[in-house]
Amino acid sequence: MCLYELDGVVKKYGDRTIVNINKLNINRNKVYAVLGPNGAGKSTLLRLLNLLEKPDHGILKFLGQEVNTSTASRRLDIARQMCMVFQKPHMFRATVLENVAYGLKLRGKSTSEIKRLSEEMLDVVGLPHLAKNAAHKLSGGESQRAAIARALVLRPKLLLLDEPTSNLDPYSVNIIEDIIRFSQKEYGMTVIIVTHNLFQAKRLSDETLLLLDGKVVEMNDTLAFFNNPQDERTKSFLDGTMVY
Amino acid sequence: MDIWQSIVDYKEEILTIVRLSLIVSGTATLFSTLIGLPLGTIIGLKDFLGKKLILRIVYTLMALPPVLAGLIVYLIFSRSGPLGNLELLFTPTIMVIAQTLLVTPIITGLVAASIAGKEGIIYDHALSLGANQMQAYFTVIKEARTNIIASIMTGFGRAFAEVGAVMLVGGNIRYTTRVLTTSIVMETRQGNFAMGIALGLILLIISFAVSTLVLMNNDQFSKT
Repeated sequence: MCLYELDGVVKKYGDRTIVNINKLNINRNKVYAVLGPNGAGKSTLLRLLNLLEKPDHGILKFLGQEVNTSTASRRLDIARQMCMVFQKPHMFRATVLENVAYGLKLRGKSTSEIKRLSEEMLDVVGLPHLAKNAAHKLSGGESQRAAIARALVLRPKLLLLDEPTSNLDPYSVNIIEDIIRFSQKEYGMTVIIVTHNLFQAKRLSDETLLLLDGKVVEMNDTLAFFNNPQDERTKSFLDGTMVY
Repeated sequence: MDIWQSIVDYKEEILTIVRLSLIVSGTATLFSTLIGLPLGTIIGLKDFLGKKLILRIVYTLMALPPVLAGLIVYLIFSRSGPLGNLELLFTPTIMVIAQTLLVTPIITGLVAASIAGKEGIIYDHALSLGANQMQAYFTVIKEARTNIIASIMTGFGRAFAEVGAVMLVGGNIRYTTRVLTTSIVMETRQGNFAMGIALGLILLIISFAVSTLVLMNNDQFSKT
C-alpha cells in the first residue's frame, strides 16, 4: 500500500531546479535507497518528504492526504508520523536520555512513559550506559546511534536517513545497519536512506532509485537495479564512469 | 585622594545612585530582551523579503551614539514634542526608554547573528522530531542560550556604562535621576577625582558581580 505519493514535484533555489520529480510512489514497510552524485537533489528530496521544505509545484500525498493544502495542525499531525536522521546529527545540550525523550515530550506523553520508552530505545541502540552522559560529548558513532534512537522512539511510519553512516568507521556502520534492519522489521516502518555507499544500498534496501539533476532516472527492485540496470546513466553511475 | 573615605562619607547617596542605576539599566535590558529576543530569533531563522535591509538597519542602530538616542527621545518627549503631554522628561521612566532604544538593536543583532549560525540546523532537527513552530523556536533559544546570555549581558553592559542618553533625558537630578555614570561625569567636572574613581570602581564591581551571577549556572562556561 502506498505511503507517500509525489506528483509533478518541483523545488527550485533561485533559478536552479533542485528536485523535479514527475511521479514517485513510496510503499509501506519497505526500505528504499536513494543514490546519486553530490548535488543531485537527494537531501532536498528528503527535506521535501519531511515537510522541512515546501515544493514550488506539485502534489505530495501522505497516506492519501495532500500535504501542502493541509491546515497547520493537520500538517503537524502528518509531520509527526515521520522523522529524519541527519548526516551530522545535532545533539541537544542535555543528557543522552533527555535527547531521546525530546520528541516524546513534544507529544505530551507522561513522564513515566517517556522514561520507559527512552530507556528501552537506548537498549536497542546499545547505549544504556551513556543515558546520563552529556549528549554533545558523544563520539560520532555514538551520536548517530543516539540520533537514531531519538527518531525510532517516536515509532515513525517513515524514517528518513540522510547519509547516516558517511563519517563513521566500519564497526559503527555495521552497528547502525543492524539497528536499521532490526527496527524496520520490529516496528514495521518505511525507511528511505540516502547513501553514497553502493554496498550499503545493496545490503539494506528492497528498492533503489537513482537521482540525477533532481530527476528519478531509474527505480527498481534493488537486485534488478544493480544486476540489470535499464538506463545507460544508471549503468555508468554504477560502474563509476559517469562524469558529473 | 582617599577613595574609601569618599565612599564612606557619601554611602547613603551612593546607595541611592547604585539602586537607580541598576533599576534603570536592568529594566531597559529587560524590555530590550523582550523585544530583541523574539525579533532576533525570527531574523536569524527566517528568510523573508526585506530581511537584509532590516539587518542593515539593526546593525547601524547597534552603533547608535547614546547622545543621539538621548536627543531623539528628548525631542519626542519635550514639551513641544509629540509625546510632551506625558511629562516624562527628567524622570527615571524616560531614562529607561532611552536606554531601551539603545540596547534593543544590540540584543536583536547579536541574537540574530548567533541564531543564524548553526541554529538553523537545530530548528530543522526540532521540526523533524515533531515540534510545532513555537516549540522549535523555544528549542533554538534554549540551545543558543550561551550566546543569547552573552548578547543580553552585552546589552546590559552598554546600558549600565552609557552616559550620554541618560544625561540628556534624565538631567542628572540628585536623588531622582542621578546614576553612576552621570555622577562620575559630574564629580570629575567638579574636580572630585577620588569620588569619580570610587564611583567608577563601584560600577565595575557591579558589572563583574552581575556577569558572575548570570554565568554561574551556564554549563558552557562551567570550566572557566
